[in-house]
Amino acid sequence: MMKINTPKKKRVLRELEKRAPKLVETGKKTLILQGLKTSNVLNSVLKEIYHLKRDSAVRYTRKNDNIRPFESGGETSLEFFSQKTDCSIFVYGNTSKKRPDNIIIGRTYDHQIYDLVEVGVENFKPMESFKYDKKLAPQVGSKPFITFAGEGFESIDELKHLKEVLLDLFRGEVVESLSLVGLDRVYVITAVSSDRVFLTHCAVRLKKSGSVVPRIELVEVGPSMDLVVRRHRLPNESLRKEAMRISTDGLKKKIKNVVGDSIQGKVGKIYMPDQKIGEMALPNKAKGVKRERREAKIKHSEHAAKKKKEDAAD
Amino acid sequence: MEAENQMQVDLGHLLAFDPYHHFPSPPKSREELVTQCLSEGTKLVQAVVDGLFNLTSTEALEGPLVKLPKPTTRLPREKHLPRPKPPTKWELFAKSKGIQKRKKNKVLWDEQTDSWKRSYGYDRVNDDADVPIIEAKMTDEPGGDPFAKRKEEKKKRVEKTEKNRLQNLKQAAKIGALPSHVQLAATALPITGTQAPPKKITKDELGSVAGLAATATASGGKFDKKVAGEKPVKHQGKHRKFLPAAEGSGMGNREKEQTDKVLNKLMAKNSHEILNVGKAVSMYNVKKQRDGRNQKGRSSFDSSSKLKPNGKPMKGDKKSPYQKSRKGGSHGGGSKKGKAE
Repeated sequence: MMKINTPKKKRVLRELEKRAPKLVETGKKTLILQGLKTSNVLNSVLKEIYHLKRDSAVRYTRKNDNIRPFESGGETSLEFFSQKTDCSIFVYGNTSKKRPDNIIIGRTYDHQIYDLVEVGVENFKPMESFKYDKKLAPQVGSKPFITFAGEGFESIDELKHLKEVLLDLFRGEVVESLSLVGLDRVYVITAVSSDRVFLTHCAVRLKKSGSVVPRIELVEVGPSMDLVVRRHRLPNESLRKEAMRISTDGLKKKIKNVVGDSIQGKVGKIYMPDQKIGEMALPNKAKGVKRERREAKIKHSEHAAKKKKEDAAD
Repeated sequence: MEAENQMQVDLGHLLAFDPYHHFPSPPKSREELVTQCLSEGTKLVQAVVDGLFNLTSTEALEGPLVKLPKPTTRLPREKHLPRPKPPTKWELFAKSKGIQKRKKNKVLWDEQTDSWKRSYGYDRVNDDADVPIIEAKMTDEPGGDPFAKRKEEKKKRVEKTEKNRLQNLKQAAKIGALPSHVQLAATALPITGTQAPPKKITKDELGSVAGLAATATASGGKFDKKVAGEKPVKHQGKHRKFLPAAEGSGMGNREKEQTDKVLNKLMAKNSHEILNVGKAVSMYNVKKQRDGRNQKGRSSFDSSSKLKPNGKPMKGDKKSPYQKSRKGGSHGGGSKKGKAE
């Protein structure tokens, strides 16, 4: 015996529809949580990341001791939280003697762990330690510029993976049209060495220049830190293929004049242009155009020319 | 040389990537590193902004609005692609027969009331319940209620549609294309053997199942192989407590306490109005003291009801608002004490 449960309130219905899988996805929500032991540095790092992503992030402040993302059994808690809060990126902070100031950034696909990157945070400077003109401060939720510099991002696997994950973490909502007035922040990420990445958050100043395109000036605003890549786990091939699938429904160009259904099959309409019969050329070639006649004419004219010469010579 | 200066710009993500950047010499200090990175960042952002401002823009309230192109770097989705709903049984039937969907009007003209009524819902056209008179047909048996019959038919029709809807949803759930707002829940488990549904086992019970099973072994489960993560049994050993065989009599006599407990429970259950004599006496004394102090002559209406064993007020007493609660209080106080033991 089965019962059909539908929500009785419109608010619940709207929330469920927001969480349903969509054809084109807009922005992932981030879950920020911590493990058994966190240091001061780690606390402020997590706090600042939460502030940077205010509208699209959920912060859990309790300690969780059964989360071990790199072990096979330790992901169940994360998957449950991902399901509960509808977040598909998580930032998990933990400190241990072996891995001080450790952050694991992971993504989920269908609320199952997709991939993980483990980085250590060094030389962290919080937002408060930067002095700048308050008018330049970037607004919460504005779409950021993201810049990567360094050949390491192209050649080293871990850095390539980190680049993809950081792009996913920091890009804001996916929008179709953008207001040029609201561009005010940038994440500058540089590969310093083969395992170290320098990340900083700056405000963008658009200055008048001669042309339509303004001149750019960067002012360091937000947190800056060094990320040291420790471990990473790439997604397995089949999962990756499935996650990267693009639906062809949205991209299919409308084919006009073709209808099709399962009974008749494909039926097309062909529109003939107006045939102006009076002006068409006849299939039977005119007498004067036929080849034999043409050649005969030429010969005759040559013959006539030769004869004239002979007459003249005589 | 041109290839060296190429930067990869993805306008859809506002992303700029310079894959050819390297530090010609390792920066000596932190500030130098920061300034170098910022200068590189400035170059990259300038490249993105160049591309952005060259796109066709439309005017909006705050400023120019630009339509972003599709991003070139592909990122993995967070959820699977939405699966198409399978056609329902009716849809399949309609396709095979070639039945087209007809557009229905929301309001229809009602002849009886000469007004426009909606086609479904409250106060609708041709409502089954509105018919005042049903003419009897030759086939109708006398004594049958045609109105009740109509109601039953309607009920059957509704049940049938609900059943069909459930079947369609089950079919969709099988291929994973259930609509997001619908959940199918099992109301009752299939009945096997006895009629009673199986009892729900709690987490604690499950935890102690291994321990219970272990007592069946000869050594009481001491040498059983434990699975990883299995916690040791909570209450190991004996579960019943027996009193010592020889003990002195007196105040600390445990056997006496045990029997007293049982006896009191039995007695308390069968007595409705046990007067707590000690409490009553102390209350009387307190009241007497208070009355003695106020010589003005506070009426003793409040003390009289307490002294009575049933707690009922005397017939001549004034009706005071506190009577009810007091009555209940002495009742409750007396019986409560008995039951709590």
